[in-house]
This record gives sequence, C-alpha cells and structure tokens, in this order.
Amino acid sequence: MKQASGEKCINLKLKVWRQKAEESNGRLESFKAENISKDMSFLEMLDVVNEEIILSGKDPIALDHDCREGICGSCGAMVNGRAHGPEKGTTLCQLHMRHFSNGDTVVIEPWRSRAFKVVKDLVVDRSAFDKIIQAGGYISVNTGGAPDGNAIPVPQEVAEKAMDAAECIGCGACAAACPNASAMLFTGAKISQFALLPQGHPEAKKRALAMVGEMDKQGFGNCTNEKECEAECPKGISIINIARMNREFLKSSILS
Amino acid sequence: MKLDSKIPDGPLSEKWDRHRFELGLVNPANKKKFEIIVVGTGLAGASASATLAELGYEVKTFCIQDSPRRAHSIAAQGGINAAKNYQNDGDSIWRLFYDTIKGGDFRSREANVYRLAQVSNGIIDQCVAQGVPFAREFGGQLANRSFGGAQVSRTFYARGQTGQQLLLGAYGALSRQIAAEKVRLFTRRDMLDLVVIDGKARGIIVRNLVSGKLEKHSADAVVLATGGYGNAFYLSTNAMASNVSAAFASYKKGALFANPCLTQIHPTCIPVKGTYQSKLTLMSESLRNDGRVWVPKIPEDKRLPAQIPESERDYYLEEKYPGFGNLVPRDVASRNAKHQCDIGKGVGDTQLAVYLDFKDAIKRDGHDAITRKYGNLFEMYEKIMAQDPYETPMMIYPAVHYTMGGLWVDYNLMSTIPGLFVLGEANFSDHGSNRLGASALMQGLADGYFIIPYTIGSYLAEASHDKVDEDHKEFNTSYNEVEARIEKLISIKGKRTVDNFHRELGNILWEYCGMSRNNNGLKKAKKLIKDLRAEYWENVLVGGSEYDFNQSLERAWRVADFLQFGELMVTDALERQESCGGHFNENYQTDENEALRDDKLFCHVSAWEYRGNSRKPKLHKEPLKFENVELTQRSYK
Repeated sequence: MKQASGEKCINLKLKVWRQKAEESNGRLESFKAENISKDMSFLEMLDVVNEEIILSGKDPIALDHDCREGICGSCGAMVNGRAHGPEKGTTLCQLHMRHFSNGDTVVIEPWRSRAFKVVKDLVVDRSAFDKIIQAGGYISVNTGGAPDGNAIPVPQEVAEKAMDAAECIGCGACAAACPNASAMLFTGAKISQFALLPQGHPEAKKRALAMVGEMDKQGFGNCTNEKECEAECPKGISIINIARMNREFLKSSILS
Repeated sequence: MKLDSKIPDGPLSEKWDRHRFELGLVNPANKKKFEIIVVGTGLAGASASATLAELGYEVKTFCIQDSPRRAHSIAAQGGINAAKNYQNDGDSIWRLFYDTIKGGDFRSREANVYRLAQVSNGIIDQCVAQGVPFAREFGGQLANRSFGGAQVSRTFYARGQTGQQLLLGAYGALSRQIAAEKVRLFTRRDMLDLVVIDGKARGIIVRNLVSGKLEKHSADAVVLATGGYGNAFYLSTNAMASNVSAAFASYKKGALFANPCLTQIHPTCIPVKGTYQSKLTLMSESLRNDGRVWVPKIPEDKRLPAQIPESERDYYLEEKYPGFGNLVPRDVASRNAKHQCDIGKGVGDTQLAVYLDFKDAIKRDGHDAITRKYGNLFEMYEKIMAQDPYETPMMIYPAVHYTMGGLWVDYNLMSTIPGLFVLGEANFSDHGSNRLGASALMQGLADGYFIIPYTIGSYLAEASHDKVDEDHKEFNTSYNEVEARIEKLISIKGKRTVDNFHRELGNILWEYCGMSRNNNGLKKAKKLIKDLRAEYWENVLVGGSEYDFNQSLERAWRVADFLQFGELMVTDALERQESCGGHFNENYQTDENEALRDDKLFCHVSAWEYRGNSRKPKLHKEPLKFENVELTQRSYK
C-alpha cells in the first residue's frame, strides 16, 4: 500500500464479497467510495458506502462490528488479501483511511477458514472459537469461597506474560491469515494464560488435551510455522504461545 | 402505585447480612425446576448466568453479538474498585461507600451503595481465582492505582484492558456452564419485547438476527442486563449495537424507568473530527493520574502546544481544585473542559478540546514506566489521531459514556414487574447522579455474582405460578405486535436513512440535554424530538428485507425506541429543577459554577410510568433517606 499523499479526501474503488447466505454462491461486487476523508476509519468509509446503497434501494453490505475501538473482536475482513488490512497490530475499525491513496482499488473479503462459515457478505460464524473455550478455557471455580486475592502471589513478570497472552480479542484474524487455517494462536494464548498462572495449574493437563482436541474437531488446520498469525494479530500475540501450548499438550499426553 | 424499595431494617452495616438470612431459599433439588432467562452477556449478565447455573437453575442466556465475549463491558479500560485497603492508605468499606455516595451527589440509596462496597472485596477474590491477570507488584501482590473522586488507591487493573479481562473471566465461567449444559446460549438474538402474564415477567420475544425470524422464550423469571442508553446521543463511547430497546419494551409493559435524565459525560475522550464520525473513543480516566490537563491562558491562542511556554498555560483543574487536582469526579472535569472551550480557550482545529499532557510524568517516571501503565491507550490515540502522545500532548474532550438512570429496581434488584430483575448499567440504583470511575465494573459484577443469586431465589421460592406455554395468548399478542412494528418500519420506504435520523436526534440531545441544560432548551428539545419522531414514522428508509440478516432493520427498531426514549429523558430533565452530578441545569449553580442541589424538593428518585404513546408518563417519587451521611455541597478543593 502506498503512503497517502497530501489530499484531504480520496476516491476509491471497492470490490466487496457479496454472499446472500451460507449456502449461496458469492461474488465480488464493485462500488465507488468517493470523497472519503482520510480521518475516517475503514468502517466509517463502509458506513458511507452503505448509506448510498440503502438510498439506492439495495441491500447494504453486512459486516460485524461493535465497539469500534479495537477490543471487542467483532470486526474483521481480508483487505487486499491481508487480515484487518495493511497496518500492523490493528483491527479493521482502527484502520484509518489515511493509509490509502486516491484511486486505490480495495478488495474486501470475509475471513477465509473452513471452520468459519460465511453468514452473509463479510459476516462469518466464529462460534468454533467459543466451542474451544467451552472445552476448557477457564478455571473451574464456582462463585463464592475464593481465598483473598493476595493469598496467591503471582510474580510480576509472570503476570505480565499471562496478560500478553490474555490480550487476545478472539477476532479470528490468526485463523484467517494462516494458510492452514489453524487456530493455534488463539488456543495457545488461552492455554498459555492459565499455564503461566498458579491458579491454572490444577487443571492444566486436562485443559491442554481438551482444548486441542476441540480445536481439531472444529476443523482448524495444523501449524507449519508460517507465522502469518503473529504477523496479522491485531494484539501482537506471540507464537511463543503456540510453543507453550505444544509443550503443555505433550506433557499432558505423555502423562496421561 | 407505591414504590417500595424493600430496604431492610437495622444498622447500615448489618442490612445485607440480615436480609440474606431473611430471604427465602430454593431447595437444591428444586432449583433445576426453575428456568431463568438472562438477556445480555456483559459483566452483569455473564456473571449472573454463570452463577445461577452453578446454583442449579436452568438458564437461557441471550446476546446480540456473535459471541458473549463481545459485550461492551469488554471496552472498559481503567479498573475496578474494591475496599481492600491493600495500600494501607486509609481505605475501608465505609470510605468506599462514602466516596460513592458523595461522588453520586447524594442521589443514590445508602443501603444499596453500602452493600456494593461490602461485596466489592469478594469480587476481586473471585476474579483472581478465575485467573484474571491483574497487574502485580514485584513481590507478587496485587497492584492498585488511583481514580477520580477518591484520595485512596483502590483501583485494581489489568493494563488498560480491565473490562476485557474481567469479562473474559465471567465469559469463561459462563462457557463452563454452557459445556455443562446448565446454560443454553442464544447468540445473535435481539430482545424486542417482554411477555407479562398475570402481572409477572414470564418470557421474551427475540429476533434471530441471522434468519430474521421471531422467537418466543418462556421462563420463571427474566433478568435484564442490557446496558445503558448512551447511544440515544448517537455519538457516545458505547458500542454501535448498545441500545435501550429491551429496557424500553419493559417500561412499556409496566416497569418504571428511573432518572432517565442522568447521563455521564466522560471528560477524557478523543475529540469529534467530522460529521461522518460513528462513535467516540474513550481514553481511560486513569490517564488523569499522570496526565495534566491544560489550555492556553489566552483565548484563541493558535500556537502549537510546544510553542506555548509554561507560564502561558492554564492548568485549570489543579488551580481550581488543589485537593483533587486532575482527579476530580467526571462530571466536574467535563463541565470545566466545556467551560474552557466556551470561553474560547479550546485547542485543536475545532477548538473543542483541551490538552492532557504527559511531559512531566515522562520526565519524572521515564518513558518505560508510562508505557507499562498506558501503552495500549497511547497506541490507540496515535492510531486515531495520527499524533504521538509521548511527544505532544493528547487532545481530549468530554463524550457521553455511561447512564446512571435505568429501570427502577428495589433492594432485590427487582423492577416494578414481579419476576423482572435488572442488573448493571440497565438499572438505576447505585451511582446516584454521577458514577465514579472504576465503579461500573464493580457494580456489574456485584449484581451478577453476589446479589441476584440470593434475591432471585427468594422470589422463586415464594412465587406460586404454573409453568407457561409459549403458545399462551400473551406470547402470541406480543409476537404479533412486534411483527407488525417490523413490517411497518420496512414498509415506510421513505427518503431518509435510519442513521440520518439518529444523528439528528443525537444532536438535539447533546445540544439541549447534554453537559448543561436549561428550561428553554429542554422545552425546545421536547418539541424537536416529537417532530422528528413523527417524521421518522413517515419518512424513514430501511434497507434490506425482514427475514434476512439485516443490520439496517436492527438499527431502525432501536432508533424508533430512542426517539421515544429521548423525549422521556427531556421530560425527566425538565422535572428535576435542581442540578446534581451529571444533570446540570444552568439555573441552579453555586457562585463557583458547581451543581446546586435542592435537597428539600428533589432528594428523590424520579420513576416514570408509561401510560400509552400519547399520554405523558406518570411520575412516581421514591424519597431518598440519608441516615448515615450528612448531605453536603460536594467539594473537591
């Protein structure tokens, strides 16, 4: 992507994936996005296009989005083949139009992954991620009866590492960017958070086996060290977490 | 209708314990016979769903997002308060209670707020046990930071993503119950109506947002945890889908709506840039710990911040409030920022901004220390503004952030409709007329983990009702009304889009029912909203079709409700002839431009009863009794 030049507003050509429903065939449809202020976010640019589509009596482009501050993980699309677009460490809602130039053609497609079925246009079904968490992405503790928070000291560097892993927003960019559509960064991040913290140790063995098993069951592929996930992760989650997951999984497999 | 807050007798500190003992219990073996609907999966909804399922109830949980993990609690940045006194700096349950009551400008219930402070410590313990990665000191102990409206350090945090981490903790607990098949989860569902049978809440009508089909769901009780109504203003820090519709549908079915005029305008948000703007982004209040707020001393000073020497800068908060400085409560900080801009001292292109400067903090603590505390916030700012806050001061301006008003609930968190419970931001109960920072997360989790599990049990133990069938005539009536309204919205096929109307409503509310209000403006707003609503039902253009994934239709339904709700906000603001916290009526201010309460006439909760679309809602007053704290003029000097 070229660095944007001096002008305040730009015109773009969009090619957007349109697909009525999961079972329908999709195709790319062209739209013009004109007079787009460079201060707009990518989603605000799409708002402008959608307003015009509605005024012309047609069906607007469907896309998931909610918080628009990069934390809910709702939004996401392939922009010119890159998950969440050309900027590093950025969700689609935090991508600003100043990173595009007048006259650019922008191709927008939904996440590509066998486990994420298209719901409509750019909207995909990411419930496979929820299923992986349901398999063991938590500490089994009921409400009530927890010991005092300071009864379990956690060294600062451990807490920081756990937090690095816990920052995952579950957007799906990792699986979408991976040539194998692997969900190992997502799964590894959650397994790592609890493998690092003392609270997670009692269930560590069961957790690694169950979550990895569910990940496979949901149809995600394997890791072949392409590192695309890390490169496209809007929260900069490191593939160290995949290594840690593999270690946990191996440990659990041998011991069981 | 007589409002009974059901506040237990006895000394303040014993009320909750005594009440818990007196509440009825459901036999463990019988709990599985009760079905509970929970709407919303933010902190309140997710924690309630998980905890109720752990107790043995059959729970059905609904959310509008594709996953419960995406509810807007996720966006809370700064932290969560608790009275742990880990810092040995003089904190206590009593002090947290007092700060919250005072911060709320004495418009909340003593008993509720005290209970909130009491359960706050248990929340931290629970979250630590769940593996929430709170910030730690080198020795491994939990770290704290300061927040507005308090002089002790009691805020627990996980970088600038505390809401995310707490929500993921609750989502984990919820996921565990889903796996155990104690919770049935329904994602991408929008609650469009409440079904009331024989005077009790017995179910909901939802729209499946993928297929567009309506669904009926019955239960023995309904719990709403559907958040606030800040998006009435169009631009706010709320998520795009945050809305008032579930609460408003309940209001139309007989639940009273309390204090709808009370909105919190957060002082540290990224300023508005253009008319295309879809939402505003908050910069955590925790930034005010280290950032210094200033404007140029001379109005219309167009120099860049670096060119303005120290002696020509006005650190107006530090000057005016030496005691609290930059850490005054949100309403005070917001009004002062507005005042500076009103007198021409605003900065940036629009002159609707003030500086938040980290130069001194970076000099004092070093670049790395500041990155550790606020790194993600600085990054977010740079992405949006294309300016580096390590080098040049941030520009901030107030934005709509939180709503203190909500459905009226009693001490048990039950609305005026038996069996309808309301948690978190959706209720009105704990923050008075201004919420202190780091208290929303505390309240959401208090309601969900530690209050509703007790109080709903008592309701179910005492309720003697039969199971209802989803073919009951009330379900069908509701279903048909919802369907008719959707068809009407689709069939108007006018000339203005939903967003276009919404933006205009937002402008009206911001202008006349925002940071400061006056009677003339409010009267004008009432008429403008009425006219806009009339036009909406003649001229709105909804894209797409009914039985489809249709985000235009989703918004059309919500904006239709906001247009009606906006008028209720204004009505309430006009009725409250005083200033308190987030409600600042220009006619009522002290000589120093602070909010001037009228405790003789307005020391009450205003709860509104719906009486049909064409009649003015009826006002009910719940007097607020202060037996433990003295009503004083708030001072942060």
